[in-house]
Amino acid sequence: MTLIDTRTPDPKRFIAGTTDDWEIIIGLEVHAQVTSKSKLFSGASTEFGAEPNANVSLVDAAMPGMLPVINEECVAQAVRTGLGLNAQINLRSVFDRKNYFYPDLPQGYQISQFKDPIVGEGIVTVSVGPDKQGNFEDIEIGVERLHLEQDAGKSMHDQHPTMSFVDLNRTGVALMEIVSKPDLRSADEAKAYITKLRTILRYLGTCDGNMDEGSMRADVNVSVRKPGGDFGTRCEIKNVNSIRFIGQAIESEARRQIAILEDGGTIDQETRLFDPAKGETRSMRSKEDAHDYRYFPDPDLLPLEFSQAYVDQLKSDLPELPDAKRSRFIGEGLSAYDASILVSEKAIADFFEQVAEGRDSKTAANWVINNLLGKLNETSQEIEDTPVSPDQVGGIIDLIKEGTISGKIAKDLFDIIWEEGGDPAEIVESRGMKQVTDTGAIEAAVDEVIAANPDKAEQAKEKPNLAGWFVGQVMKASGGKANPQAVQELVKQKLGIE
Amino acid sequence: MSELISLTIAEAREKLVAGDITSVELTDAYLAAIDAANETFNAYITVTGDKAREMAKASDRRRAKGEVGVLEGIPLGIKDLFATRGVHTQACSHILDNFKPEYESTVTQNLWDDGAVMLGKLNMDEFAMGSSNETSYYGPVKNPWREAGSNSALVPGGSSGGSAASVAAHLCAGATATDTGGSIRQPAAFTGTVGIKPTYGRCSRWGIAAFASSLDQAGPIARDVRDVAIMLQSMASVDEKDTTSVDRPVPEYEACIGKSVKGMKIGVPKEYRIDGMPDDIEAVWQQGIEWYRDAGAEIVDISLPHTKYALPTYYIVAPAEASSNLARYDGVRYGLRKTGNDITDMYEQTRAKGFGDEVRRRILIGTYVLSSGYYDAYYLRAQKVRTLIKRDFENVFADGVDAILTPATPSSAFAIGDEEMASDPVKMYLNDIFTVTVNMAGLPGISVPAGLDSKGLPLGLQLIGKPFAEEELFQASHIIEQAAGKFTPEKWW
Repeated sequence: MTLIDTRTPDPKRFIAGTTDDWEIIIGLEVHAQVTSKSKLFSGASTEFGAEPNANVSLVDAAMPGMLPVINEECVAQAVRTGLGLNAQINLRSVFDRKNYFYPDLPQGYQISQFKDPIVGEGIVTVSVGPDKQGNFEDIEIGVERLHLEQDAGKSMHDQHPTMSFVDLNRTGVALMEIVSKPDLRSADEAKAYITKLRTILRYLGTCDGNMDEGSMRADVNVSVRKPGGDFGTRCEIKNVNSIRFIGQAIESEARRQIAILEDGGTIDQETRLFDPAKGETRSMRSKEDAHDYRYFPDPDLLPLEFSQAYVDQLKSDLPELPDAKRSRFIGEGLSAYDASILVSEKAIADFFEQVAEGRDSKTAANWVINNLLGKLNETSQEIEDTPVSPDQVGGIIDLIKEGTISGKIAKDLFDIIWEEGGDPAEIVESRGMKQVTDTGAIEAAVDEVIAANPDKAEQAKEKPNLAGWFVGQVMKASGGKANPQAVQELVKQKLGIE
Repeated sequence: MSELISLTIAEAREKLVAGDITSVELTDAYLAAIDAANETFNAYITVTGDKAREMAKASDRRRAKGEVGVLEGIPLGIKDLFATRGVHTQACSHILDNFKPEYESTVTQNLWDDGAVMLGKLNMDEFAMGSSNETSYYGPVKNPWREAGSNSALVPGGSSGGSAASVAAHLCAGATATDTGGSIRQPAAFTGTVGIKPTYGRCSRWGIAAFASSLDQAGPIARDVRDVAIMLQSMASVDEKDTTSVDRPVPEYEACIGKSVKGMKIGVPKEYRIDGMPDDIEAVWQQGIEWYRDAGAEIVDISLPHTKYALPTYYIVAPAEASSNLARYDGVRYGLRKTGNDITDMYEQTRAKGFGDEVRRRILIGTYVLSSGYYDAYYLRAQKVRTLIKRDFENVFADGVDAILTPATPSSAFAIGDEEMASDPVKMYLNDIFTVTVNMAGLPGISVPAGLDSKGLPLGLQLIGKPFAEEELFQASHIIEQAAGKFTPEKWW
């Protein structure tokens, strides 16, 4: 493949070495496990966490005479993903064998796609930021290709003093390898790219994106160069399994390469591993030791062919994707910042939309972002774990709007519902949280506070700002239940400031 | 007893239907014959006597209830390449030591579903790689045919040597076989039996240990054209477990036997007249042409210009696929394991000890032609030539040719341990010169005995058909069978 530089060197992305500024060039090969009930070429289950070797068919175990049969759902998932990446869908693609020996690869070859992948070039728009000024920058990252391939099994070397064990449950599970162009220029960009990719896959329902369970992992290609110069020699960091580690691996690998180059050395093309404990990469094998995989078309499988009508059908059934959703939210009056946060996960966007149904979008967005997401973040939980439903949040907003409760009380109400559940209106009723709008009662409270603080009342005539202090005192005295607007008006009236 | 085993499938079927014999009697007769002669021929590597009798009894019970499949009660031998549930399945290789699958190949399941009885597993070249059955881990098979006046043992051909020898020696009524470059047709020719390699995709490959996936096809070897037609009818099927199998109805093959070939166009390719071809082969080919002319067929000279590239091309494509297909025999999950110092050492020890010389040779060739820097020059170019070979046939068929007549082999059966062959693998590979083109093009080809050579050994003629034109091959080959008669070795064992 010919490398084309699509990005303009920008000093804000340069990193300083001892003598020079450097630019990092990054490309990611993301392996995303296809969401499907059964494996790519066999009927065995893909369920995570089963007993070792429970999900193994005769095909997965590579028994003599076994043949692969393509799982049509996996093909559909790859096409959906390609469409989600705005990519070229190839109506004809070919499965090849990648040959190498390893105990967790029973066939002695991985069925993959080499020359003719199912999906060609595409584009992912990534929002990087916010920077110190709170701004986001949208960049376009090219996708080189997406192909389908089999996952390998798992070798376990810690189960027996002299022997290794093999678990074939993962063997043959469908993966999509999504290869980016070398368009990324910083660790932050790489992290934003894979985050966006994960969001898109989750929206599509084609990969669950659970990096903890190995559903998504990345090979990271890193090289450095003088800004705008020729591409340097790259190193590939294999199998990095968290977004944070991807960032760390890039930073440390770039530093390592810069140090070598500034010392007058050269970079050897090699495969490296990232050690999260040490926060650095180490050599795994050099180019000379690279396998010769002897790719050739798998003669057990006919070329994979489908019609444009099939692609069109899948396209028409696609859900709304994050970029489109974000534009729509902005159109509905949200800030770009709020819209970006809400679309970052489909579940959050869905939650928001249920809350916003028939209500003010901006208010709904504030509640979801500040209260719900804030609380989830505080308690280290995911949106899927929320104990508060969209109806409950909506109910709280309605009570504020009706003037039944104040904003402050609403926050308490939210906390009660978070802990105990229940209907917002009923809780307000039963616990006497209703806002006091009875002017007589408020008036009495205002009088009481003014009477108790004659000096301050006198001063307030000169300094109208002091009215706020009186409002606070009255609110405090009412246990927060007094209608703040009514209090404000009465305080001003009684103090004689208009 | 010996009368029973001399019956063809069609004849036995008639007697079973009439109630003159039972499947148990027929099966016992074969088991007795195997017991008496197998030591001589080494055709069976496992005899499943108990299972055979059980299946025969069950068949007789079904027949009593009026349930009669197309092969009801017929005892068959099964090439060791086919997976048979709970029964020795080793592709005659050391590396599959003690392997007994928990599954049944689609082809054998089809046979059992149609009422056939399994006598045992038949010897073959290791992983179907060979043309003499001498590469088997279980030793060579002897051909029931011997040169007139000689006691020297001859090869039955390969790789389906056990299948061909057991059919010729009446140790089974018919046998399954497989053909990647000639492994059905060459041994059929060497033993005076009939064998057909059907169109690629006609039989499922599921449960057959793979040699070269794009070339492998199962087919039957039996004593005459009708028996082969009966067997193929049962063996053929589309199979959702093999996506290269073809969804096409299986015709009643037997029905076309006896139909006239009047007006049929038989092509005779000039490229098959090779240098140094024995006069006997030339003569039997000429004789075949005459028979067709007499039967009212039109004989046309044709050209298949890329024929000369077929053999070298085949010996790139087949080993390339084999090198990958045989990677699964690694000592990790089943079969032989030779322990080593580490995993790589274990692989090397296991595969060095588990595979024979010929299999290792082909794995090496295949690995070489697929390796980086050689792929384009060998594998890719071979695929291009393969396309040209296929096109040669398409052009001829487009010109109205219905079937192509060629010799099946460039010689008759040769001696076990033939020094010339043993010292030069390429000499052995030349056995496939007339048959590999058919596999390369995915076409059906049948070998039918057409006469004896001056040494008294059978010679076969091959008919090549259009894709899925097996019926025309049965129809046409029956003409040769009618004219030449059938060939049975004189019993010396």
